[in-house]
Amino acid sequence: MPKPLIALIAAVVAAFGVSYFSDRIDPYYLDVMTGVGINIILAVSLNLVNGYTGQFSLGHAGFMSVGAYLSASITVLAGPRILGDSGGTALQQGLLFLCALIAGGLGAALAGLAVGIPSLRLKGDYLALVTLGFGEIIRVIFQNVDALGGALGLNGIPNYTTFFWVYAFAALTVYVVACLVRSTYGRGFIATHDDEIASEAVGLNTTRYKIVAFVVGAFFAGVAGGLYGHFKMTITPTGFDFTKSIEIVVMVILGGMGNTPGVILAAILLTLLPEVLRSVDEYRMVIYSLLLIVLMLVRPKGLFNFDYAGIFTRLRGRPRATPS
Amino acid sequence: MTEFLQQLLNGLSLGAIYALIALGYTMVYGILRFINFAHSDVFMVGAFIGYFAGEHLPQGTVWGGLCALAAAMLGCAVLGILIERLVYRPLRGGPTLNVLITAIGVSLFLEYTGQLVFGATPRSFPQIFPAKTIAVGGLIVSTSQVLVIVVAGALMVALQFAVYRTKIGMAMRAVSLNPRAAQLVGVNIDVVISFTFALGSALAAAGGVLYALNYPSIDPLMGVAPGLKAFVAAVLGGIGNIPGAALGALILGMTETFVDGSRWSTYKDAIAFAVLIGILLFRPAGLLGRYTPEKV
Repeated sequence: MPKPLIALIAAVVAAFGVSYFSDRIDPYYLDVMTGVGINIILAVSLNLVNGYTGQFSLGHAGFMSVGAYLSASITVLAGPRILGDSGGTALQQGLLFLCALIAGGLGAALAGLAVGIPSLRLKGDYLALVTLGFGEIIRVIFQNVDALGGALGLNGIPNYTTFFWVYAFAALTVYVVACLVRSTYGRGFIATHDDEIASEAVGLNTTRYKIVAFVVGAFFAGVAGGLYGHFKMTITPTGFDFTKSIEIVVMVILGGMGNTPGVILAAILLTLLPEVLRSVDEYRMVIYSLLLIVLMLVRPKGLFNFDYAGIFTRLRGRPRATPS
Repeated sequence: MTEFLQQLLNGLSLGAIYALIALGYTMVYGILRFINFAHSDVFMVGAFIGYFAGEHLPQGTVWGGLCALAAAMLGCAVLGILIERLVYRPLRGGPTLNVLITAIGVSLFLEYTGQLVFGATPRSFPQIFPAKTIAVGGLIVSTSQVLVIVVAGALMVALQFAVYRTKIGMAMRAVSLNPRAAQLVGVNIDVVISFTFALGSALAAAGGVLYALNYPSIDPLMGVAPGLKAFVAAVLGGIGNIPGAALGALILGMTETFVDGSRWSTYKDAIAFAVLIGILLFRPAGLLGRYTPEKV
């Protein structure tokens, strides 16, 4: 069996193990860790688009909202009919949740395809703005669909998200992204990022690579959205506005574009930072923004852009050793 | 027909405000090639300076109003220069994305410092200019609407003059065309960039005061939505292109007003982006922008 796959299975098993004992963990820490895991999925999947493929997307929250709404409507609207009045066993609930998450991911991927095909002809800032625009349009549409709660959002989503689901999908995201960019096919992503004209000249279909990156990224954003919805138990359209997209982009850039371990670390750090600063609540966001500016001035290549050559050979393909 | 004209007037005044903000985006982009996300918050600071100046000046007079406007423009020009000098200049020459993230950082900093200093609750903006409504035929024209259009028009003419008829304007155009070549012929890039920021920020401040007059409540997050729309307007017209920004802003202001008046009004916030995407698909460099194919 290939090593990355072993690592993936190990990570999933480890996530299950931690989840099994989650009763003994302080609920606050469990909540924070769940938030961290969801942000890891978002940041790593966006890194495939923004980092490895070099296409600046600002619409990740939009895809997240598609996944969140789709999977939540499955468990809220169709769930009671499938599971019956008893609510079903834990296994049935888990299966329903898995189906809902995957459906949410596929829906988001479809949205990614619909957005990607027309907009990926554009470059740089124009692309950034168009993806931002699509994200905002998706948000406004959700605001106007009364069946999904309109501007008030969708409430009463069952609390299915556990430590296991979040970190199993986080591991899967890292696995898929790492394997994709390390495969022969996936070198095309990096080639598109490095020099689009040269890649086209040697016969790579760069548009296709961009769309694939976009769709895969959107899929995982959708899954993350589903996890988020079943974690917060309520979703509102404004929760997925462009500030959320920017939050994810910041993680990617601070971690170092196209550097998965760095992006994971940045996702952890940037999720924990507001929590640590909770004691100085008033100044929290001021400090956060100042740190952002200072970090960019001091470490312009990303916070965690060290020489990974040595560490990486040992860690090769191992997505997450243990969820910490 | 009257309703159509009324909407046209409303759209024109909204578009004029968007244009004032969009010009700052487009000028900075033209010279430094990056999206100055903090621009929308300079707009907010401008409105707040106008608010505090307006409290100390005689209200409801033309001179008092103009003084408040001038104070806001001056204050924001200084703020713009400071932001550029302290934050953007050390990053110049680095990857654009870093500057972008830093700009987001500055934007968040201004917003949350604003919430800390001014409080998050909206305040009502004083009527610093004489307020009247005139009925022309069936049309209801408020003086603040006329004011917006007149002031915005005057400022845009002044900007056009500054960019095309003065020495520093020529330097700006030179830097925007080719920064290195401009440096070689003796243009001081630092001065030009500072001047651009001052100019853009002053226009945004004017936009902020005029916006506050028409939608009379201000809060530290007021810049986010109009800032985003104005940026869309700048891209719509072809970013880096000054007349394009004004044109894009007018189109956007009109479209938004007409959609607001129709039964699709709840989709108002999406329409700006729908127009943008529609236009960019057919003209990838915006309406007046020139598409430059990449050369090896």
